[in-house]
Amino acid sequence: MSEPQILNRLAVDIGGTFTDIALETGGILYTIKVPTTPSAPELGVLDGVKMVIEQSGVAPTDIRLIIHGTTLATNALIERKGAKTALITTQGHRDSVEMAYENRFAQYDLDIDRPAPLVPRYLRWPVNERLGPNGEIIVPLNESTVHGLIPLIKDNKIESIAVGLLHGYANAAHENRIAEILLATLPDLKISLASEVCPEIREYERQSTTCANAYVQPLMARYLTRLNEELSALGFQCPFTLMTSGGGLTDLETAIKFPIRLVESGPAGGAILASQIAAECGLNEVLSFDMGGTTAKLCLIDDAKPLMSRTFEVGRVYRFMKGSGLPIRIPVIEMVEIGSGGGSIARVDDLNRITVGPDSAGATPGPACYGHGGTEATVTDADVIMGRIDPDNFAGGKMKLSLQAAETAMDSSVANPLQLERPMAAYAVAEMVGETMASAARVHATEWGKEISGRSMIAFGGAAPLHAGQLAKKLGIDKVVIPTGAGVGSAIGFLRAPVAYEVVRSRFHALGSFNAKFVNSIIDEMRLEALSIVEPAAMGAPLVETRAAYMRYQGQGHEITVKLPVRPLTDADAKIMGDLFADTYTRLYGRIIPGLAIEILSWTLTIGTEASQPIPEMPVEKQPAPPPSGHRKLFDPGQKKWIETPVYERDQLIPGTEIPGPAIIIEGQTTTIVPSGFDAQINGLSYLVLNRQQEVSS
Amino acid sequence: MSASYDLDEIQIQILWNRLLSIVEEQAQALIRTAFSTSVREAGDLSAGVFDLKGRMLAQAVTGTPGHVNAMAASVNFFMDKFPPGTMVEGNVYLTNDPWLGTGHLHDFTVVSPVFLKGQVVALFASTSHVVDVGGMGFGPDGRQVYEEGINIPIMALMTEGEINVNLIEIIRVNVREPDQVEGDLYSLAACNETGSRRLLETMGEFALDNLDQIADVIINRSFESMLAQIQELPFGSFEHSMRIDGYDKPIDLVAKMTISETGIDVDFSGTSPVSGRGINVPVTYTQAYASFGVRCVVGSQIPNNSGSLAPVRVTAPEGCILNALHPRAVAARHVVGQMLPDVVMGCMHQVVPDRVPAEGSSSLWNPVLLGGHGIGGESENSKSTPFTINVFHSGGTGARPGKDGLSATAFPSGVRNTPVEINETIAPIIVWEKEYRTDSGGAGAHRGGTGQVMSIGHREGAAWAVSAMFDRCHYPARGRNQGQPGGMGLLSLKSGQKLNNKGRQNVPSGEVVVMDMPGGGGLGDPLSRSPERVAWDVKNGMVSAEAARDAYKVVVSGTGELDAAATKKLRA
Repeated sequence: MSEPQILNRLAVDIGGTFTDIALETGGILYTIKVPTTPSAPELGVLDGVKMVIEQSGVAPTDIRLIIHGTTLATNALIERKGAKTALITTQGHRDSVEMAYENRFAQYDLDIDRPAPLVPRYLRWPVNERLGPNGEIIVPLNESTVHGLIPLIKDNKIESIAVGLLHGYANAAHENRIAEILLATLPDLKISLASEVCPEIREYERQSTTCANAYVQPLMARYLTRLNEELSALGFQCPFTLMTSGGGLTDLETAIKFPIRLVESGPAGGAILASQIAAECGLNEVLSFDMGGTTAKLCLIDDAKPLMSRTFEVGRVYRFMKGSGLPIRIPVIEMVEIGSGGGSIARVDDLNRITVGPDSAGATPGPACYGHGGTEATVTDADVIMGRIDPDNFAGGKMKLSLQAAETAMDSSVANPLQLERPMAAYAVAEMVGETMASAARVHATEWGKEISGRSMIAFGGAAPLHAGQLAKKLGIDKVVIPTGAGVGSAIGFLRAPVAYEVVRSRFHALGSFNAKFVNSIIDEMRLEALSIVEPAAMGAPLVETRAAYMRYQGQGHEITVKLPVRPLTDADAKIMGDLFADTYTRLYGRIIPGLAIEILSWTLTIGTEASQPIPEMPVEKQPAPPPSGHRKLFDPGQKKWIETPVYERDQLIPGTEIPGPAIIIEGQTTTIVPSGFDAQINGLSYLVLNRQQEVSS
Repeated sequence: MSASYDLDEIQIQILWNRLLSIVEEQAQALIRTAFSTSVREAGDLSAGVFDLKGRMLAQAVTGTPGHVNAMAASVNFFMDKFPPGTMVEGNVYLTNDPWLGTGHLHDFTVVSPVFLKGQVVALFASTSHVVDVGGMGFGPDGRQVYEEGINIPIMALMTEGEINVNLIEIIRVNVREPDQVEGDLYSLAACNETGSRRLLETMGEFALDNLDQIADVIINRSFESMLAQIQELPFGSFEHSMRIDGYDKPIDLVAKMTISETGIDVDFSGTSPVSGRGINVPVTYTQAYASFGVRCVVGSQIPNNSGSLAPVRVTAPEGCILNALHPRAVAARHVVGQMLPDVVMGCMHQVVPDRVPAEGSSSLWNPVLLGGHGIGGESENSKSTPFTINVFHSGGTGARPGKDGLSATAFPSGVRNTPVEINETIAPIIVWEKEYRTDSGGAGAHRGGTGQVMSIGHREGAAWAVSAMFDRCHYPARGRNQGQPGGMGLLSLKSGQKLNNKGRQNVPSGEVVVMDMPGGGGLGDPLSRSPERVAWDVKNGMVSAEAARDAYKVVVSGTGELDAAATKKLRA
């Protein structure tokens, strides 16, 4: 028999507004939401932890694993509240990190500026040295140029240093030596080496990532150490692990060294939860849809695994546009985030077109219906007007909304300028935000060589269940799953995450002159690094290893990820790798280009525990719909009239219940709209499932 | 009456949004599958959907304004040759003729008709810059278009779904990278297919059998909105001229802009005649960059379509460098064409002086670097690694109303650079320096963007060659409203020898090429720039302490400490 307490896990997710705590014990889940305490986030965490401990009755000593995710690093980067940081780089190349790609991300806007670099030019210091692309030393490190920086570090009161030399990914010797020299005199200095943080070709992204790591490191080190101590004081004796952007857990030591890997851990938790649900429900191709107050996030999940990537931008300041944020190259769950949320503002432009977002009414003043002074119509106002949200019973009745304020805003923002009737104007706003999200989903899928129609959708976040049915219609999706506890989805996702770590190395290699010995030595080195991080946190759980090469046709601009066999390679594997590349390329682009040379730019290796095995959904007996708890008028744009629609309370619906659409299903954190054309069902796991009605020819 | 005339306002709006989304998806499909690095990395492509009257209904927002009107004009040439009534399902057409496409042989345009129930309902078009078209290679040295590569007239790439194998074979034997070029042609056809599929789905969803009503709405509303914004400007004629370096002699770009109730007319009469080398501009490319210049100031938020483009009309007399006729050489037409927004904005400045930036570096600094056997002019060169790479870099942009110019940033082109580490990995070059160029940004209340210095050597010490197509080396980017000009560009060898800023030249073994890229012009009186901002620029090495004193009358130490008292005295 397995020990039941092995399942006792505690997850903590610090978001911008709320800190979510989830405790799982013997299959039972306790969740708590407490306000985030931005000045000292550990206070909110400790409050919440004490509450959940009390509620569950599980002693701290019986918790086997703590999993923590936080937006702290992300916020420090966006709000520029990190440490005073300097960058040491190769002479002649101080400006890569600011020149970026020498382009403008918005073609027609003369006013745009790229985000300012985290390290201003006067704190970017050259040292005399030069490496070549194979790591060969062209100019040896002139150590006196390093010693010369010590007074500058002191004079400028530098707390943290990033070191990023040209081609340093191929040979770390110079970067290591620089760290040695500096630490000999300044032992307390925090140093982030690009060859450790992001040993990948492309100087701008590597330096940007390293600067970001250095910038948040002192803050994160202080915070994590403090929290760990406080948790120990409460009696916790188990490992304290951190959620990474890539969806794996890592230990405290690694998190303190590479805090940049902790950005976007919240959304990663959401994607892991969606992946778990996909596995439980046997859904192979899924679009996860998370819609909150200001943004919507979409993620493609195939075979219960979210799409992964190594590129990410933090703080896209200009309409969420690509290029308007700071690039970070770390393993990350690939998502598209757009400015479409409940608070997104609707306007009519010069061409009489309705535009919705990307700007948001935020928490203050919030949508007009909040009655806090908002005068512009938002998506939430449209939902209130159409009867999708009950103004008297919002957020579980905690907040009263003003229908009249929503109507006034809708009239002045949209209905009057376009001479539309008010409910039609509200409908148009909801349609436009739906179109924006549908378009983002389609373009994202195309970018990754995938299709949207025919997928299933998993919807969570406060605003998603209101809009999921309508979005599914637009995307040709027939099934929408709305899980339980979607309000604390990320924290629940953390509980499901495997312990995992990904290591990368850039070593240019032409497939035509493949050298197995060389490649094996790189892989062995990566394997040892990953094991040293994963083994302590895995506590003896079986480990899985995956390897990939980033390959391309010679001269192409971008690489594709090709999975490699997990075994020592031989020279004969060149052919196998060529075939694997051809297979992957064909899957993405539909064809190969015969006769072109193939090259490898980077290698990655991931070691992790196996993802927790989901319990598959069990078939349930059909149950008739109970009598509705009430009725509400819902605007039906197709018929252009109000329809008396039944309202159900979700916690009263037992597995197997079937409810024909249109219907409204309410719960504490959100409301699900079952549009006409869909039926709702409660499945064996108590998830709410919307199924498109079969077309019946009459 | 057909169903398509029953669209209500909301459906129209959804449909318009949908068309814009469809062309973005079309462009994304092209970027994903293209071979040419300038498409994949830099976004040098365009994609759009057209109705049967040849009107462009939507165009993807991509990296290059050079295709804006050019592709729209091109589709009409296709329809002249193959009227939609004669088009057959499964046919796909193409051309790279500079005068029928987008201005040089490297750009291939592919047009695909969309069929619904056996009838043509729309056309998708896409353009991309391919790696090679044979001839002498990408550069400004051609004397006639014949030397610049293979020219394919408008013809079928596919007939009823079957690829034109004869055409492909002819192209393959004429270009240096046959697999990549063939791959790019397929990717153009494939992205049109993606667009077609989505359009048909959408028409099904809305039960449409044609696009007549939505096309009329898009075109009329965009036209009226653009016109309304123009009509808010003062009417009149405004002239402006700008002198640039040219290939071997200066070129005057002369514009007369007339703003009237019916729109904006830009005429380039008085502009210098064609050049004997490949920097001539076919008129569609002139129209693209001139109208882009207008659109940056007026109506920038209106999407590109035939309606929004129509109120801005651009003409240039035949035989001037901005309306070069066949068989003039045109390969490097960008080096002149990318100057046109500055010229147009010079006219615009007289109309709305507070909405117009200063002149910038403007033309890309995108040399072709070549090495290997037979290149570099030294016989012992036969053992050095062969390479040809085209790198994209930029000087500074002009200062903007209320803001400094952008340093080392492309404008009006939207092209991205390639990382130094990637270039050094694929070619045996070494970039010794790539940093901002102190004092190259024109002084002003708002400073012009600084240029950059790039020094490039050969890791094997061999001789090599650089194909230069650079401007602003003899005539700088000028400031406006008392702003100072930006620093001029310079191409030289580290040993001191000056090189020509246009044309292919040898780099002797052991030498290093230095590219000093120009800065943008300043905007407003330098003496009105706050001393703190000048001091910050000195602290960061963008401006020297000497220039701070001379141009701004601000006293700063070499490390950026402001001497407020001395500054006050100096400025008094």
